[in-house]
Amino acid sequence: MRLGLIIVNMIKYIIKRLALSVLILFGVSIIIYGLVRIKPGLDFVQAKYYAQMQLDETGQVAQMVERQREIYGLTSPIFKGYLKWAGNIVKGQWGDSFIFSVSTGEVELLVDAEGNPVLDAEGNQLTKPISSSNVLDIIASKSTISFIIALIATILQFGIAIPLGITSATKQYGVVDYSVTVLAMMGISLPSFFFGALLLRIFSIQLGWFPYAGLSNPNSNLPILIDNIHHLVLPITVLVILSIGGLMRYTRTNMLEVLNADYIRTARAKGLSEHKVIYKHAFRNTLIPLVTILAGILPGLFGGAMITETIFSIDGIGKAAYKAVTMGDIPFVMAYNLFLSVLTVIGTLMSDLMYAVVDPRVKLVGGK
Amino acid sequence: MKLLEKLKTNQEKKKALAKHYISKEQIKKTAKENSRIIKELEKQNNRKNVPEEEYLTEMKNPNNVVEFDDLHAYFFTDAGVVKAVDGVSFDIPKKSIVGVVGESGCGKSVTSLALMKLLQSPTGQIFSGEIRYNAKNGKAYNISKVPKIDMNKIRGKEMSMIFQEPMTSLNPVFRIGDQLDEILFLHFPEITQEEAKQKSISMLNTVGIAMPESVYSRYPHELSGGMRQRVMIAMALSCDPNLIIADEPTTALDVTIQAQILDLLRNIKNDINGSIMLITHDLGVIAEMADYVVVMYAGRIIEKGTAREIYKNPIHPYTIGLQKSIPALNLNDETLYTIPGTVPNPINLPNFCYFRDRCEKRFGKCNGEYPKLLQVSPTHHVACYLAEEIAAEFAKTKKDGGEKNAKK
Repeated sequence: MRLGLIIVNMIKYIIKRLALSVLILFGVSIIIYGLVRIKPGLDFVQAKYYAQMQLDETGQVAQMVERQREIYGLTSPIFKGYLKWAGNIVKGQWGDSFIFSVSTGEVELLVDAEGNPVLDAEGNQLTKPISSSNVLDIIASKSTISFIIALIATILQFGIAIPLGITSATKQYGVVDYSVTVLAMMGISLPSFFFGALLLRIFSIQLGWFPYAGLSNPNSNLPILIDNIHHLVLPITVLVILSIGGLMRYTRTNMLEVLNADYIRTARAKGLSEHKVIYKHAFRNTLIPLVTILAGILPGLFGGAMITETIFSIDGIGKAAYKAVTMGDIPFVMAYNLFLSVLTVIGTLMSDLMYAVVDPRVKLVGGK
Repeated sequence: MKLLEKLKTNQEKKKALAKHYISKEQIKKTAKENSRIIKELEKQNNRKNVPEEEYLTEMKNPNNVVEFDDLHAYFFTDAGVVKAVDGVSFDIPKKSIVGVVGESGCGKSVTSLALMKLLQSPTGQIFSGEIRYNAKNGKAYNISKVPKIDMNKIRGKEMSMIFQEPMTSLNPVFRIGDQLDEILFLHFPEITQEEAKQKSISMLNTVGIAMPESVYSRYPHELSGGMRQRVMIAMALSCDPNLIIADEPTTALDVTIQAQILDLLRNIKNDINGSIMLITHDLGVIAEMADYVVVMYAGRIIEKGTAREIYKNPIHPYTIGLQKSIPALNLNDETLYTIPGTVPNPINLPNFCYFRDRCEKRFGKCNGEYPKLLQVSPTHHVACYLAEEIAAEFAKTKKDGGEKNAKK
């Protein structure tokens, strides 16, 4: 009975939050579209064909540019243009990327000018793989590797930072505490482009222990999985070391606060061992604020690590976003930002739900 | 010329200020000294596999549960050593309620925490002195020498504690039942889940909680302050301890609940076969509950005796002041009496009576050294120069009595 009520409440709450999320995304989409439209000077279509337009004498390019601008809604006023764009987004047409295309896995039969199938020497019909420039396809195909990297990095990050934070809190002002804190501060302060380059220089170029780019080496005689892991060691190290510091300090602060709480004294007064006091009574309470961090992790998991992926030439969504920004692939950038905001909203919802799981004082209230 | 003068006055100002502040060098020096002492004491505390003989001792009087003997509990802070408890000796006899009274910051709670070995480490440490504890198994332990690990067998099982703040003393993320069962599983490892639940529910019943089954499966935030304090008391009772320390158990509760909780404590004392150390700043509560009273001031005992002696015949001006601060319904006084001033800074305590500057009855002798604890009756002790005459008289009668007895 009680459990049923809780589940009903939770579903109500989720529905309410999802409705709110639509509003939030509406606001985000206005900002994204508005920022693209209010950019002074040439718009992105004009910018893309700028060089060709200069050379064009027949006016064909100019016509094509106008057509494209119409497709992107750039010729209509900003308000109408937004409605058109947003309508397309809702329909699932997020636009085509200028620079990326991925294979869809389907094939097309090759035909010659008269429409006859093209045959090879053995009489088989020739085919051509169909590629897609739809940004959603690109995001879907590129975020897999980013997700895998981020997942491994996050697990390592939590697995290392939380125990370190707890140890340094329980041994406050001891040697362990000071050294862990100093290392954590160094991790926080290092920029990823510098630290990544440093690792590359030392471990790839000088020592030659790890490859310095990509995900696999076709000349390698290692099994493919081992080869991939070998390639991922350095980028994951960068991601983990740089993010450990913040989480570790957060854990430490929370643990210190919890350790001073009255209920910890009660637990000690019961005669519980120090280990039980810390890992049962204090840890559950330390988890409560840590859960909020979950909200920030989801976009990070799929969104990729822009700089790290670029440095290590990993063909994930982070590197794609970086390339899109530098090459003016506005449809992709817009879609990427919208994708991140959807993830952020879902992440926040998830961490609020997790709150209710770890803290019995938090009640999810659906309706009024 | 003017500039020079200005410079001079500025320097003088700085010097005057320096008297009130601690210089960086001084802090560094004390911190270094402190960490050395703490390290040594912690090393003693953290030892493992210590043979029991090392901390076994003998009670001076086997009828006592606890004997504090010249207990010194210090806090080693960077600003200096805080002598929170400075040479406290008193006994807690079996099956009695001993009340410890005093203002805030007098070392009452620190005394009790030292007994439980729950001082906030590493800064808080038992520096010297003995706390002898008469265990259920007939052995006597010197608590100040028991290492941390072995202390876990005494805490909760032999002596338990009820804290001041019921609102924050229960872990918010575990159910009441889990928290109650935990202590049973810990001290009676052979107990089954079902037995523990039965025992916990019966404990909740004992402390007067209606619908104990429903409370058993609730979280602390779903209960009122009074209910939570009852749960804390149930938790303290569940292992049948020899001694319950109640550290201002009613301070955070409203007045009607206070009376209920005190009634409950009194009933419990009759039910269990143990003693209660009741810490409070309310002499009224003490008068109602306690058999013996210890009055503390700035880390020392200034008066101790039976409740009757302290209540009917207080000698120390501080005790008298505390008594006057109880609101009385039959008097028509406009304002409630308060003792002027505050407790002195525990870092730099003076070498004269700590209460001198707040005392209404101070006289020439009070400028001398800190007064000794004088005996004014077989059970009544006072640390005040005012008691010297009575003490001398008592000493005489005692001596006479002794001689008479000797003649007989």
